[in-house]
Amino acid sequence: MCVEIMLNAANLAFIAFARQFDAAEGQIYAFFIMTLAAAEAAVGLAIVIALFRLRESTDVDELNLMKW
Amino acid sequence: MGGLETVGFIILTTLALASAVVVVFHRSPVISALALAFNLVSIAGFYLLLNAQFLALLQVIVYAGAIMVLILFVIMLLSIANEPGLHRSGFLQTILAPLIALGCAVAMGLAVYRGADGPAYVVSSTDFGTVRDVGTELFSTFFYAFEAISLLLVVAMVGAVLLAKRRL
Repeated sequence: MCVEIMLNAANLAFIAFARQFDAAEGQIYAFFIMTLAAAEAAVGLAIVIALFRLRESTDVDELNLMKW
Repeated sequence: MGGLETVGFIILTTLALASAVVVVFHRSPVISALALAFNLVSIAGFYLLLNAQFLALLQVIVYAGAIMVLILFVIMLLSIANEPGLHRSGFLQTILAPLIALGCAVAMGLAVYRGADGPAYVVSSTDFGTVRDVGTELFSTFFYAFEAISLLLVVAMVGAVLLAKRRL
């Protein structure tokens, strides 16, 4: 969820500067970031659910499956 | 900036900052998620103040609608009520994260400060930020990027379906 806040902060900066420099490009970038956030949330939450099913835990430190 | 806009800006800033702090520091994930929804809606208010009506609409529909429902759904599905408290993050994290955040804030402040004595912030056309303006730009200059992002959404959808399968 903090990732969402960070993406939103970037979005807000993009839109504020788009307003300041009278450029529509900033709003387009914000639009792309929003799409990216949707994709990220979907995949990330799917990974969390899959790992929870596997390990019965959401603690990131316990999830060392890919450790070599 | 008119008087009403200033009042709206102050109210929105207070709400956004307060809800963001709640998101980061509250122990209950559900309350944290609800505060995030509140934060997203107040940021949509900022977009409205900044002549980005289309994006404000998208923010409410996509973020506060779709993504928040997804997050809340997963939190309630997992029901992590009896989870032991999160342990402290590492040394590098506690030192480096505030430094990087501070650096970003300073960079933003400098950018705003430099632009402060520039030309007045007036928008050239009356339809700045409307659906027509953004859509025209999106389907002319950024056409290939738009197609790429739609491809990314399809890939994310397929990946999510694959990950959610019963047997991985």
